[in-house]
Amino acid sequence: MELLHEALPLKKKYFTPGVVVLLILAIVGMAFLLARFVFGLGAITNLDNQHPWGIWIGIDVAAGVALAAGGFTTAALGHIMHRDKYETIIRPALLTAMLGYTFVALSVAVDLGRWYSIWHPLIFWNGNSALFEVGICVMTYVTVLYIEFLPIVTKKFIGNVRLKGFLAKLNKPLDSLLRTLDRGLNKTMFVFIIAGVVLSCLHQSSLGTLMVIAGSKMHPLWQTPVLPLLFLLSAISVGFPMVIMESTLASRSFGLKPETEVLSSLGTIVGPLLGIYLAFKIGDMFIRETFYYLTEVTTASVMFSVEIIFGVVLPLRLFLTKSVLKSPQGLFIASLLVIFGVLLNRINNFLVAYNPPYATSSYFPSVGEIAVTVGFICLEILLYRWFVNYFPIVSVPSKPANNVKYSVTGA
Amino acid sequence: MATQNRRDFLKTVSSIGIVTAGVAATPTKLKADPENILSNERNGVLVDTTVCIGCRRCEWACKKSHDMQPGSIDDYDDKSIFDIKRRPDHTTHTVINAYKGNSISKPIMLKAQCMHCDKPACVSACIVGAFSKKENGSVVWDESKCIGCRYCMVACPFQIPAFDYHKAIEPDIHKCDFCAERKGNGKLPACVEICPVEALTFGNRADLVTLAKDRIKKNPKRYVDHIYGETEVGGTSWMYLSSVDFATLDFPVLSADTAPGVSESIQHGIFAYFIPPIALYALLGGIMYISKQKSNKEEE
Repeated sequence: MELLHEALPLKKKYFTPGVVVLLILAIVGMAFLLARFVFGLGAITNLDNQHPWGIWIGIDVAAGVALAAGGFTTAALGHIMHRDKYETIIRPALLTAMLGYTFVALSVAVDLGRWYSIWHPLIFWNGNSALFEVGICVMTYVTVLYIEFLPIVTKKFIGNVRLKGFLAKLNKPLDSLLRTLDRGLNKTMFVFIIAGVVLSCLHQSSLGTLMVIAGSKMHPLWQTPVLPLLFLLSAISVGFPMVIMESTLASRSFGLKPETEVLSSLGTIVGPLLGIYLAFKIGDMFIRETFYYLTEVTTASVMFSVEIIFGVVLPLRLFLTKSVLKSPQGLFIASLLVIFGVLLNRINNFLVAYNPPYATSSYFPSVGEIAVTVGFICLEILLYRWFVNYFPIVSVPSKPANNVKYSVTGA
Repeated sequence: MATQNRRDFLKTVSSIGIVTAGVAATPTKLKADPENILSNERNGVLVDTTVCIGCRRCEWACKKSHDMQPGSIDDYDDKSIFDIKRRPDHTTHTVINAYKGNSISKPIMLKAQCMHCDKPACVSACIVGAFSKKENGSVVWDESKCIGCRYCMVACPFQIPAFDYHKAIEPDIHKCDFCAERKGNGKLPACVEICPVEALTFGNRADLVTLAKDRIKKNPKRYVDHIYGETEVGGTSWMYLSSVDFATLDFPVLSADTAPGVSESIQHGIFAYFIPPIALYALLGGIMYISKQKSNKEEE
């Protein structure tokens, strides 16, 4: 039985036509990014004094953080609640979270006017600032994610350190260092796992607090003092759909058997989580009587309705349907809808709802902004593909017993 | 805080002064929340829009005192500039816009600049505490701390801070600093000093409120009974008098609640003495321990 849960490097062919397309898109994005660093933010973005934040914050950062929620939700389910059957999905989710947060940090850095001062929050503190809280929490959480990922690295290299030439002398000390690290991490990992969940809850909600200070500049359909709670609840409910989506795509791309059984039982949890989120969202709307704004057709009312109907209500219905939970396609589509809903929610909160008093135009992202965002997403997928090929992350189900010799030693 | 007496207040101010001096004296900066001093002596300006003639001398004087390429003062007589509505940006920290008045043929001239809130959203929002409210009422930006995240621009209810979008290195946040430096040297703010018609009155903020109320009382036909900035977002250092409803002059309609109020109470609620995060940590730890025991038992 133990063997079935063994994660292995996939060792599949890296380059496929799809990978080449991703690579080209990534290169285009990086070219625009270069222009941003040479000529300033104004050169390639549609940002101005009316719209200081664009899709790099709304999508790359705000939605990026929410969509990386699979990391802490699966850690809570698998490690903290100790549901062993979910063991196989923890590592892929951890990898997504690690890559996701790394790119969140990168996106923040490229959006900062003075990107080289990104470390300033470490020494200049402002406890009143929601952004300060988000910044510190994300920095800490990225570190925690790297630590959580370390055992996968040590596992890969223990008994496998084979440096060549004059570096060969280092092989033995490196190996024992890895073993010590592995033993130490094994004993202390629970500290980091709990810390990861706490930090996630903190900054997922503080990300919602961010826009509260914009006050009346933000459309009343979204501006509410319970924004932090709504952000946290939506992040928690999008965690498992992200895992389902990635697992489905990965198995298809690598020609593996989809883990439908695990994903189905994961899907049964999504319904109640989405239900709680919807209840708070609707409750907030009725308490503040903002449904009044839905009676007229405006960009805001349309975007809000699309977000709620297609991003929450419809997937909620699907996730509560038995036949959907049993079919891989059904799960995939329902998960995509939840992801779409949360993505749209973050775009709505940060961009659509934001309407400053002296705005003469509305914001739409420039080609450069879109290229960079797409480029980052492509890079992330490329890195994910490389990691699962090289490191033991994906569990290959029902491997015949005679494949033991390929498993990694040092566990 | 509301019952703070004068002695306590002086103590606070002097201790802040000592700390500030200490910060200035030590080469490394201290870790601390940004200043938000609400001194009873803080300055303000009363803008009487019924007096302003739109000569734009204040724009020129502002640029000149801030080394922002003012150009020739004669260029400021060009009235065609009023065809469009302008906002303060990286080239100018104050602008005059023309608004159609009621039935009067003369347009209403409106000076825009930072309002210097008593409880500024930018001070509360800034991730590194680069903004601070000084004792003299100025809300100022500290170049040495800023990281260019532009959250101040998101937070400001008056849409004032502006950013250097076309500078790749050291882009600045631009906004009126209420001539903090000139005031320190005993001078009037540049715009107030140059104004030929005394549309701008500089003084103690509390005195200005009295003055404004007095003007409204004496000329009820000339003014609407509203001092914009007296209570808006908890009060601002710059206040306005007008002959028409402020909403028709594009002033945002704001309540007396301070701009950072809700956000700060949420923030401090989540982090009250770090109790909520620690409690969550303990709770999760407990769940982890119990569920592990349970699954160990099941295996046995």
